[in-house]
Amino acid sequence: MSVAFNRHGTWAIYRFEMARFLRTLLQSVLTPVITTSLFVVVFGAAIGGRMSEVNGVPYGAFIVPGLIMLSLFTESISNASFGIHFPKFTGTIFELLSAPVSPFEIVLGYVGAAATKSFLLGLIILATASFFVPIGILHPAWMIAFMALTAVTFSLFGFIIGIWAKNWEQMQLIPTLVVTPMTFLGGAFYSIDMLPPAWRTVTLFNPVVYLISGFRWSFFGTSDVGVSVSLAMTLVFLLACLALVALIFRTGYRLKH
Amino acid sequence: MRAIVSIAGLTKRYATGGDALKRIDLDIREGEIFALLGPNGAGKTTLINIVCGIVTPTSGRVLVDGHDIVRDYRAARSRIGLVPQELVTEAFETVRAAASFSRGLFGHAPDPRHVEKVLRDLSLWDRRNDIMMTLSGGMKRRVMIAKALSHEPRILFLDEPTAGVDVELRRDMWGLVRRLRDQGVTIILTTHYIDEAEEMADRIGVINHGELILVEDKARLMKKLGKRQLTLNLQEPLAAIPTELGEWSLALNANGHELEFTFDAVEEHTGIPALLRKLEQLGINYRDLNTKQSSLEEIFVSLVSDRATALQ
Repeated sequence: MSVAFNRHGTWAIYRFEMARFLRTLLQSVLTPVITTSLFVVVFGAAIGGRMSEVNGVPYGAFIVPGLIMLSLFTESISNASFGIHFPKFTGTIFELLSAPVSPFEIVLGYVGAAATKSFLLGLIILATASFFVPIGILHPAWMIAFMALTAVTFSLFGFIIGIWAKNWEQMQLIPTLVVTPMTFLGGAFYSIDMLPPAWRTVTLFNPVVYLISGFRWSFFGTSDVGVSVSLAMTLVFLLACLALVALIFRTGYRLKH
Repeated sequence: MRAIVSIAGLTKRYATGGDALKRIDLDIREGEIFALLGPNGAGKTTLINIVCGIVTPTSGRVLVDGHDIVRDYRAARSRIGLVPQELVTEAFETVRAAASFSRGLFGHAPDPRHVEKVLRDLSLWDRRNDIMMTLSGGMKRRVMIAKALSHEPRILFLDEPTAGVDVELRRDMWGLVRRLRDQGVTIILTTHYIDEAEEMADRIGVINHGELILVEDKARLMKKLGKRQLTLNLQEPLAAIPTELGEWSLALNANGHELEFTFDAVEEHTGIPALLRKLEQLGINYRDLNTKQSSLEEIFVSLVSDRATALQ
């Protein structure tokens, strides 16, 4: 039996991971929904009421794409990193390593499931936010595309973290120290046009700026940077993650002795 | 007989230094139960993990049913079931979900009937909806076997299958291994319980310090290396061995109450009849006698210690 693609194996991993999501549905959905609601209420209603429009968009609506992105980043990373780190931690990874599945199939199963979860969550957050503020979506297809791309990219990134991390503390390291600050400084809650010119230049080195900007464009048609630049940066990040994953499997880094 | 696993020139050197395996050559025959014996740290698990794809070999080649484990890993791995030494389980999954997952992972279409059969065979069917972390150690061991059997392997690796399990489960396990062998599954088990190898195996390999010291048919091994002993319980104690008995290798034990004669099991002429005649002539009477063949454990200990002495 020499199959080119182990679909049963890939499907088994995907289903296994999705089952974990469904088992913890309440925590998985409730936490981000409550967080988003708090952000929208506090920033959007309380503070936003005293603020002028940003690029012609009411502040309450303006922050919604940023909030969705923030959740997509953190949820994709935590889902994917947990998914692969847990078997490493418990030792059940032996089965994955001894199974007739290719690295591509393993990644497809784990990253696919993590991306599915965070994508669904993004939609739920969008629905939640629309309870509080009216949101129009100018380019729905692009919005879906940006969301899907971001979910896949950060799930890949999370998968890498899950393999790299030697313990649970290290798992938190990159999300806490890198991703969250970059998101907050990446224009989740403001337009980078609002920054002094010097800081604006510094901010342009932050890749998250491009992700949020492109996503926001799909909602309101206005953006900090060009949409094609946003898309290109997202794809670059995606390819970088893919290359790193390929390298991990080729060398067996922190997977095999 | 055809070799279903063929290992040639296999070495493993860890980055930290140590040679875990030193040029292992070994053929496992289709349908046999092969026991790999050796003390802790001898390289048993490393060898298994290489064949199963968990550890990358430093050099050498392994064929599983004719398929190279690196180039043709899908074909090779889909034939193998592995039950590792450590009890590791998907803590929050149910027993049945875990077994079904393994079946899918190894490329098989879902088959609830087969999974049910495997769970029944291992007395797990009543626990099928239990969450793994609620199971006892013995039950977890059964689940791990069920997972390995869920994908219908032709070769089953059991790494220390009975370490830390109770007598009942051990009997069950032995029964299961025999049934599997009858179905044509090749079984490779590692153990440091010698009685297990003695009870189960068709052939035995002894590994120590990463070297395969010997591979031998179990019966032949015991015959070749086994010593037999005849013990006579004397009616009257002897102060010393009479000089007339000088041609036999004898020892006096239990304050002269036991006369022990050690002889080679392979020899046709053991010398027992002559010894007994001589004793009668000398008027030495005995109440009872018994013979005993040395166990695999004694053979093993002498092998490993001989090796250690030779190395010094």
